[in-house]
Amino acid sequence: MVTRGKKGVVSFSLVYAHLVSALVFLGIVLLAGLLYSLQFLGKYPFPGVEFLSPGRVRMLHTNGAVYGFITNGYVAGLYWAVPRLTGYKVLNEKYLGWFMFWALQAAVLATAVGLLGGYAQAIEWGETPIFVDPFVLVYLLLALFQFTVPIYQYGKERPLYASSWYIISGLIWIPMVYIMGNYIPQFFIPGVAGAAITGTWIHDAVGLYVTPLGWGLMYFFVPVILKKPIWSHGLSLLGFWGLAFFYPMQGVHHYLWSPIPMYAQYAAVFSTLVLELAVVTVIINFFMTMRGNGDALKKSVPLRWMMIGIVNYGITCLQCSIQVLLTTQKAIHFTDWVVGHAHLIMFGTFGFWILGILSYLWPKVTGRRLYSSSLDEWAFWLIMIGMETMWVDLLAGGLVQGFTWWGLNPWMDSVRFSAPLWFVRTVTGIMIFVGFILYLYNFYMTAKKENIPSAQPQEA
Amino acid sequence: MERFSTFALISGLFFFFFGTFWQAVAPSLSLRNIPVKSIEELADNVLPEFYKLADDYPVEFKRYFGEPSKASFAEALNVGKAQYIAEACWHCHSQYIRPVSNEELRFGKVSYPSEYANVMQLPQLLGTRRVGPDLIREAGRHSNDWHVAHFKNPPNVVPDSVMPSYAWFFDKNGRPNKKGLAIVAYMQWLGSWAQEPVYQLDARK
Repeated sequence: MVTRGKKGVVSFSLVYAHLVSALVFLGIVLLAGLLYSLQFLGKYPFPGVEFLSPGRVRMLHTNGAVYGFITNGYVAGLYWAVPRLTGYKVLNEKYLGWFMFWALQAAVLATAVGLLGGYAQAIEWGETPIFVDPFVLVYLLLALFQFTVPIYQYGKERPLYASSWYIISGLIWIPMVYIMGNYIPQFFIPGVAGAAITGTWIHDAVGLYVTPLGWGLMYFFVPVILKKPIWSHGLSLLGFWGLAFFYPMQGVHHYLWSPIPMYAQYAAVFSTLVLELAVVTVIINFFMTMRGNGDALKKSVPLRWMMIGIVNYGITCLQCSIQVLLTTQKAIHFTDWVVGHAHLIMFGTFGFWILGILSYLWPKVTGRRLYSSSLDEWAFWLIMIGMETMWVDLLAGGLVQGFTWWGLNPWMDSVRFSAPLWFVRTVTGIMIFVGFILYLYNFYMTAKKENIPSAQPQEA
Repeated sequence: MERFSTFALISGLFFFFFGTFWQAVAPSLSLRNIPVKSIEELADNVLPEFYKLADDYPVEFKRYFGEPSKASFAEALNVGKAQYIAEACWHCHSQYIRPVSNEELRFGKVSYPSEYANVMQLPQLLGTRRVGPDLIREAGRHSNDWHVAHFKNPPNVVPDSVMPSYAWFFDKNGRPNKKGLAIVAYMQWLGSWAQEPVYQLDARK
């Protein structure tokens, strides 16, 4: 079942398949986002087409991002990182591995069809139709065993490294979180208490699934690329336990000033503020690891993706500790500010990490040299500048909307005043999309057979 | 300390349940004594706007809902809510009014827990974003005709609106179908329990 050995523990074909899927879904997700942004300019290309209604396309954008792009990208990273970290193969590649791969793609496609067909669930980040939910759950449980069994084997011999902490906890959290978020508010608890549970799910989907798996992979890939250990084991511990304790206690901050009992709102605000301290320790740890190796950022685009993602994570969390205050909430809740925040964390951080992992692993799993490093640079700068500009632009939009509402302007003022900012948002979206096309072309050409085989051995 | 069981049991299970208790379980316990209304209880008071729909669109109303009654009103509310969810209206319209930022002046009475304790909020539709205005005090703000025109093409009644048109809420002859009638009924129901006379100019559009 599990075999030991440093050589040949990684299934290249599984890593490759998940990377390709992640790329395909990223393309769909970006296109959906771009289309949806056109609605705000009054230039939507499919008016009156039911299954391409902007409201439905928006759900394709967000759910495709989490379940299509990020999940595929992370699983590719896990298929690489977990065996190399532990020296054991994952539980089963040939049957379970490929079954899980096709199950995930089928679940994401069924979600896309269901959302566009009008079978969405009114749970944010969990719009996956009710009939898809059980399959996602089974997938998550299988993933738990697939990746924690080798870690468990290794843990019997030696203390576990930071990556493993995040991966074990994240994979245990997500099935519980998924059941809580998708079933309890849908069938059992209505209204305000349901909102508290939904808020907890919204936050946990990001905080207890996407974040821990992402950090687990970063704790593996960044030191590996730099060929040096992480700076401080103590800070790793502090960061992990801070995250693990305070992250599950924040859900209600998505519904501040709502009829949810105030003690839950205060607890959410407090734990969000304290979490910032834990996040700072993690970021210090990575920057101190980088110390003295600044040159590597020039040479290695994958490392640059990962480090800029870590910077964005720091910015997002700092922003979070400001925007979560009840005073700030008066102005920015319900506005584009939050949309900007969500983009910086989901794409600017986790998306960038996956793009970094992909560009690091792709030449290794295909066994070919990168097609063009200038295309790689162009893609990086276009997507990066596009993303950061979109973030600033949406923050500005949020302030405009929030204060127009607060000032009791006619409602349509907030829409009219936002129009130029929404235009900039679409432009930045096009920048990201063009960058993605260059990225895609570059890696497609890399994988093509005519390309020169890589000089270095695959197991480097 | 860095053992598998530490991360599986302490962070994986214990911390999760601890946090979830304060954020999800405790609020549910605090609110457990508010009785949850069924759809029959909600539809007990058939709204005048529902009768008006039957007058305005007699052929369509007859075809899709028969006569205006408690049963047909309950059905309209269910279908309306289903459309509200399928079209993800809740991504751009919230359903709660905060006690801050002059929202009470703009929209009306601040939201309170018991108005959400019913099956129409299963799943809850509080929402997290407003591109358009809040809808929890929408009842009676606009006429049925306004809503029908608005769903057909929002910019016709609200210049510069970015809301998409919902052509599939209408028959080939341009009159509302079952979905269209139901979503209008749902709009007129939202907040009908907390309706106040509107004296000031409508600052919402």
